Amino acid sequence: MNEPVSPIVNYLLALPEICLVVGAMIMLMLGAFRGNRAADLICWLSIALLLFAAALVVVMPATGKVAFDGAFIMDRFAQFMKVLTLLGSAIAIFMSFEFMRHARLQKFEYPILIVLATAGMLMMISANDLIALYLGLELQSLALYVIAAFRTDSVRSSEAGLKYFVLGALSSGMLLYGCSLIYGFTGTTGFSGIAAAASPSVHNLGLIFGLVFLMAGLAFKISAVPFHMWTPDVYEGAPTPVTAFFATAPKIAAMAMFLRAVHVAFPDITHQWQQIVVFISIGSMVLGAFAAIGQNDIKRLMAYSSIGHMGFALVGLASGDQAGVQAVIVYLTIYLVMNVGVFACILSMRRSDGMVEEIDELAGLSHNSPIMAFLLAMLMFSLAGIPPLAGFFAKFYVFLAAINTGLYALAVIGVLSSVVGAYYYLRIIKIMYFDEPAEKFEPMPGALKGVLAISGLLVVFFFTYPAPLVAAANVAAKSLF
Amino acid sequence: MTTGWPILSAIIFLPMLGALFILAIRGEDEIAIRNARYVALWTTIITFLLSLVIWIEFDSTTHVFQFEEKRDWLGASISYRLGVDGISMLFVILTTFLMPLCVLASWNAIQSRVKAYMIAFLVLETLMVGVFCAMDLVVFYLFFEGGLIPMFLIIGVWGGQRRVYASFKFFLYTLLGSVLMLLAIMAMYWEAGTTDIPALLAYQFPPGMQTWLWFAFLASFAVKMPMWPFHTWLPDAHVEAPTAGSVVLAAVLLKMGGYGFLRFSIPMFPLASEQFAPLIFLMSIIAITYTSLVALAQEDVKKLIAYSSVAHMGFVTMGLFTLTTQGLEGGIFQMLSHGIVSAALFLCVGVIYDRMHTRQIDAYGGLVNRMPLYAFCFMVFTMANVGLPGTSGFVGEFLTLVGAFRVNTWVAFFATSGVILSAAYALWLYRRVVFGQLEKPELKAITDLNTREIVVLMPLVVLTILFGIYPAPLLDVMSVSVDHLIKNYEAAIATAEQAKLALVH
Repeated sequence: MNEPVSPIVNYLLALPEICLVVGAMIMLMLGAFRGNRAADLICWLSIALLLFAAALVVVMPATGKVAFDGAFIMDRFAQFMKVLTLLGSAIAIFMSFEFMRHARLQKFEYPILIVLATAGMLMMISANDLIALYLGLELQSLALYVIAAFRTDSVRSSEAGLKYFVLGALSSGMLLYGCSLIYGFTGTTGFSGIAAAASPSVHNLGLIFGLVFLMAGLAFKISAVPFHMWTPDVYEGAPTPVTAFFATAPKIAAMAMFLRAVHVAFPDITHQWQQIVVFISIGSMVLGAFAAIGQNDIKRLMAYSSIGHMGFALVGLASGDQAGVQAVIVYLTIYLVMNVGVFACILSMRRSDGMVEEIDELAGLSHNSPIMAFLLAMLMFSLAGIPPLAGFFAKFYVFLAAINTGLYALAVIGVLSSVVGAYYYLRIIKIMYFDEPAEKFEPMPGALKGVLAISGLLVVFFFTYPAPLVAAANVAAKSLF
Repeated sequence: MTTGWPILSAIIFLPMLGALFILAIRGEDEIAIRNARYVALWTTIITFLLSLVIWIEFDSTTHVFQFEEKRDWLGASISYRLGVDGISMLFVILTTFLMPLCVLASWNAIQSRVKAYMIAFLVLETLMVGVFCAMDLVVFYLFFEGGLIPMFLIIGVWGGQRRVYASFKFFLYTLLGSVLMLLAIMAMYWEAGTTDIPALLAYQFPPGMQTWLWFAFLASFAVKMPMWPFHTWLPDAHVEAPTAGSVVLAAVLLKMGGYGFLRFSIPMFPLASEQFAPLIFLMSIIAITYTSLVALAQEDVKKLIAYSSVAHMGFVTMGLFTLTTQGLEGGIFQMLSHGIVSAALFLCVGVIYDRMHTRQIDAYGGLVNRMPLYAFCFMVFTMANVGLPGTSGFVGEFLTLVGAFRVNTWVAFFATSGVILSAAYALWLYRRVVFGQLEKPELKAITDLNTREIVVLMPLVVLTILFGIYPAPLLDVMSVSVDHLIKNYEAAIATAEQAKLALVH
């Protein structure tokens, strides 16, 4: 794996990232000269750039080649996750036009920051070394802090950004501390070197300490319990398109980084990190299920929902084998599709006097706009994991993996909390279908209609042909082992 | 026997096609609504006629699965596989038979969101038929759980006063039971390497594992059935659901629990079934006597029938777990008969509810004076509910009692006392609603059955009496499959005994 490569190959492997960064700089120049008049143009250019990068990733050979002295790897797993992340980012920008126009937030920096964050995410996904991991993570996080506080005229948005920044910095600190311990006790920052040093026969307490701190930092990024506190506030405070972005691409990239870090760097001491993952998984599932019940703001509800979903994805990670990784990949893919659809609906909750976020505002949606209500209801059933919708298959695979490795208690707690979680998803359906109609929303913008339709149809009809995704996830998972 | 074309898939997905057709109907005016009703009616009728083809073509001399279809689905080990045998085929027919009646029963009763209502029912039919045809556990689970979605909406959107409470309770209760079964399915997948039902039927699970799997399946089926003490969702759901919803719930959805015991619990986990049969007996006896007593105290017609359903399902579980030919055949027969009779009873309640908009028993009395035809139909079904000889209700109860008597006389004793109690509540209900003087002023103008209602109820009257005096068509179809099931069960028990003896020596 570690054969020396010429510098040009180094850069070729990182071509999508380089494209994104160079593109972002060009767009920045464009924005600097033309100002916010070019905001729409830059949004479209960013979408095109992200899709172009996704196309590059697809056509690139993903043979597990490493570059930059083993710090950067391009394998099937990275390929799959990068495409997901890039699509998630592109859709997030695509869904933001209408909102930004109404909120008078049409600033050219917004898409550029998303592109930069995405470049960081790609780096995280390909990181095969602690330094590379940290670089990608910080590139991503710094951009995210800014767009969380993007609505400068809103105190809540600024608060969200500040909170995210302070807590994010704390978690970065923990992560760095963990990295330094790991480096100190293994003498290397490369994942393959760490893997060689971390053997179950040697009792290496310092390394375990480092592992714990590293995982704390990673858990913060996927907002797993007990490092979830920032999520509801940031989701609520950030402008809604930003929330939609937070809920999708960064979660996928962080989970991919988590998967690679524990599986590639610590393959022989699985039982050490497995306990931690089981603990944060249970915590996230249970907290996500119970805390969401009392929420009335749909963005806060989606925040707890995403905490819960990360808990379910962690069930797959906890099983620590290839079936588990495959399950997480399937989970994240379906999670992306579902969340994009739900946020398309949330972004269309607009009355003549502005956006609304209370769940009760959805009352009687089935009368006012039956198609939107139907698709949102299907997405909710899917998030709850009811067959035959896509969300069921996501849960099916993670629990299948957990049962295979004998994590019965985790699986039982998981399915029980999914029943509790079903309650609040049902509540939204109840409000839409059983309650008396409230005032109508403004008509849904075409872009959101398109996103919702595609997401809804994918969720409803996934069961007819699930094999390709499962097979692709299997191929991707194999490259980590 | 196999036909050249995928008849089971056709039956399963034809209603879905009808639903898509209704979806394509534009507008909310009177014509669109009428079209939606007719599309639903014709779809269900054609589905029923198509399903009769399976009965005609069915080969009742073999226990193997017929009309098989198999397609790759989730990789190699989880495939889309369908088939029916003597146990499941009749449930398919029962479902498709009742659906046109449900559509007809909702003809005038449902006035709001008619299109959505018909779509929900057609989707529900797809899922229900799928449950009985599935030959793969994951496919089975998909259909089994998927049914929650349309039923949740049917109760919640078109239900009565406390519809929200009832629909949530129904959904969460059933889901809670089923997710444990899902984990058991996964464990079986890793143990046996497949979720193919015929393969799993042939697979011997280790005894210790059987216990856990058996209980996980019990969690799902006991809620679905429902067995005491997991029945509390049922009265709420029945009372709040619209008439056709109650019909489907009582006639088909409850049967999925019993079908699950027959298809999975007993043949796949024979050792656990033998070990825990006393537990089932205990729960069944309590269900029969306790819920019968509860039924006596009800003031709401639908609630009374709901509790009587729980009691009748007690006979089914008792019969199934006697693991004798009589008990099993009686249990299946009782399910089919209850499917007809409880459906009919709920339809009868629907008839007077449509006229008076109340379900309180007190609100009625002396209906026979104005509604002789209705009184006749209601009487036939009441007698069938009691288990009067000559009605289909008798055959099932009698066979299950014979089976129970062979295994444990005390069980039979208590169950028989339940028959007496059922006579008490059913006849008393009939007395209060139909007989007596017609004194209440608002009942003076009540009208007898109209043509549509006669069309709905008459087939049920005919079948109730027909299967009461000539049950052979049903029993013949199931007997080979039931014998095979028992033979396998006894073989598994014998093997386990020998293994135990070998261990001792």
